[in-house]
Amino acid sequence: MNTTTEFAVTCRNVTKSYGTGPDRVPALRGIDLEVAPGELLMLVGPSGCGKTTLISVIAGILDHDEGEVRVFGEDLKSARQNVRTRFRGRNVGFVFQAFNLLPALSALENVAVPLLILGLPRKEALERARATLEKVGLAERARALPAQLSGGQQQRVAIARALVHEPRLIVCDEPTSSLDHETGHKVMQIMRSVVLAQDRALVVVTHDARIFEFADRIAKMDDGRIQKVVSSGAEL
Amino acid sequence: MNRVALKMLMGDRAKYIGIVFGITFASLLITQQMSIFVGIMARTFGSIADLSQPDVWVMDPKVAMIDDIKPLQSTQLYRVRGIEGVQWAVPLYRGLLKARLSNGAFQTCTVTGLDDTTLLGGPPEMLEGRLEDLRLTDSVIVDIAGAVGRLAKPPSEPGAPATPLKVGDTLEINDKRATVVGICRVQRTFQSQPVVYTTYSRAMSFAPRERKLLSFILVGLQPGAEAAAVCGRIHERTGLQAVTRDDFIWMTMNYFLRYTGIPINFGTAVLLGFFVGVAIAGMTFFNFTQDNLRQFGALKAMGTTNGTLLRMILLQSTMVGAIGYGMGVGAASLFGYLTRNSELAFRMPWQVLAISAGAVLLICVVSALLSIRKVITLEPAIVFKS
Repeated sequence: MNTTTEFAVTCRNVTKSYGTGPDRVPALRGIDLEVAPGELLMLVGPSGCGKTTLISVIAGILDHDEGEVRVFGEDLKSARQNVRTRFRGRNVGFVFQAFNLLPALSALENVAVPLLILGLPRKEALERARATLEKVGLAERARALPAQLSGGQQQRVAIARALVHEPRLIVCDEPTSSLDHETGHKVMQIMRSVVLAQDRALVVVTHDARIFEFADRIAKMDDGRIQKVVSSGAEL
Repeated sequence: MNRVALKMLMGDRAKYIGIVFGITFASLLITQQMSIFVGIMARTFGSIADLSQPDVWVMDPKVAMIDDIKPLQSTQLYRVRGIEGVQWAVPLYRGLLKARLSNGAFQTCTVTGLDDTTLLGGPPEMLEGRLEDLRLTDSVIVDIAGAVGRLAKPPSEPGAPATPLKVGDTLEINDKRATVVGICRVQRTFQSQPVVYTTYSRAMSFAPRERKLLSFILVGLQPGAEAAAVCGRIHERTGLQAVTRDDFIWMTMNYFLRYTGIPINFGTAVLLGFFVGVAIAGMTFFNFTQDNLRQFGALKAMGTTNGTLLRMILLQSTMVGAIGYGMGVGAASLFGYLTRNSELAFRMPWQVLAISAGAVLLICVVSALLSIRKVITLEPAIVFKS
């Protein structure tokens, strides 16, 4: 774990509720959290405890109500929508539970999407996408459509897509929940070896206790609060 | 991202075909119905358009269109000839007379009597014979559609084809002998009756005896004379209605537009085509977007701006619109080509294509708007919902 004092993510007393009036449901009730560059932090806890809401807020795709969230020193809530969108495009990579690959695009084209969003020429984007696919061991399946890939391969494509534009923060939502134990381990090994290089910060939401061993720290959440944060291997 | 948008669109083959089919069907229906409408409207003034020589048509003030004939006194012709700006004025007879075929059956024909001296107002295209042959005894010229159709000699045996009327054949018009000296081509008229040309004096002998028989006076203007001014003078001095050729065409067309159900019937079909297009293409496109919301959400989360998403949807919509329009117009053109020798009125000027393109554009805009709203208001956090 990197011990630099400048954090990739800082959350201070963050709250978030859904709905209004009597239907108001608090999802985050004062979250304090830091994630350092080069660190893999896992958010764990029962369903509905606020894990997904928290990574949505951290990734800048959901506004929190109160408190302060800074990602690499930027307060995204105060930024205009387009500024925030561009910030995400440059600095945040996503790995989704359902992969969310575009079914009509090949693995290579899917990986190139973040670069195309940033405006890179198609040829250059595809070259860089190919190199990234090689890193996750899928260069030979570059032309395959998502439907022609196994779940583990699709998740590796999704990881390559999250990496290709070299973001400083990657957020993953249940990256192994659709995968068997062995494939899940492989995916997490790739995460650690490839993603964490170059001091990226990685926040992983998971239920899967089998992958806790890959975390630097684990934050246990319940009822919208972080109950405790422990180092990997410590008792939760 | 344009290529990504097109691949997303074409990747969902069933929906893509559905949207293109919807727009194709709408485009076909709109273009085909409008072309038939234009074809029918063109037939209403076909007899006027065929006569290119006269600058001005003079008629009874109550005449509303070409087939609404209210005869004039023959002396009016001389009064018109004396008006300043008129270079020449000739009589024109036009009436529906019965022709008796060789088997005894009767067929109503539009008989046009041309000025004996000049033969002005004759058919625009002679296929056989010469216009001057009208000066021969009992001579008439028959249009080709009538010659091979309603005026053709009935078959001697049941089931055998009719024999087209040809030069040298005779028929009876109002019990008077008429010899065919020529075959011509004219524009089909709204009533689709066979058209028979003869001289004015012979037309007088064919026509039932009436006090007044002069249908129209055709006027040629002196060089430099202003048509509107001459029309005004003719009206002022004779009390007759005088209009330019173009104005007479519009008068005739307006009559049919106002007093027949043609525009409503065809307008309904065109509107139906439009709504069918909106319903099929719009809803399928909306469904396509709805099915791809998660993908759009993922793109949004990964940094795609609303402007880029808007451009992607507009591109998808434009692509299906262009393909659907092309296929629809192509199918309508093929329909027109295949029916070119039939009775069907079909005319496809560029204005029809432009209106059809406008309608398809509107369908695409409506379809895209339904989808754009959904995508622009989409919360990217949807991607984390399982």
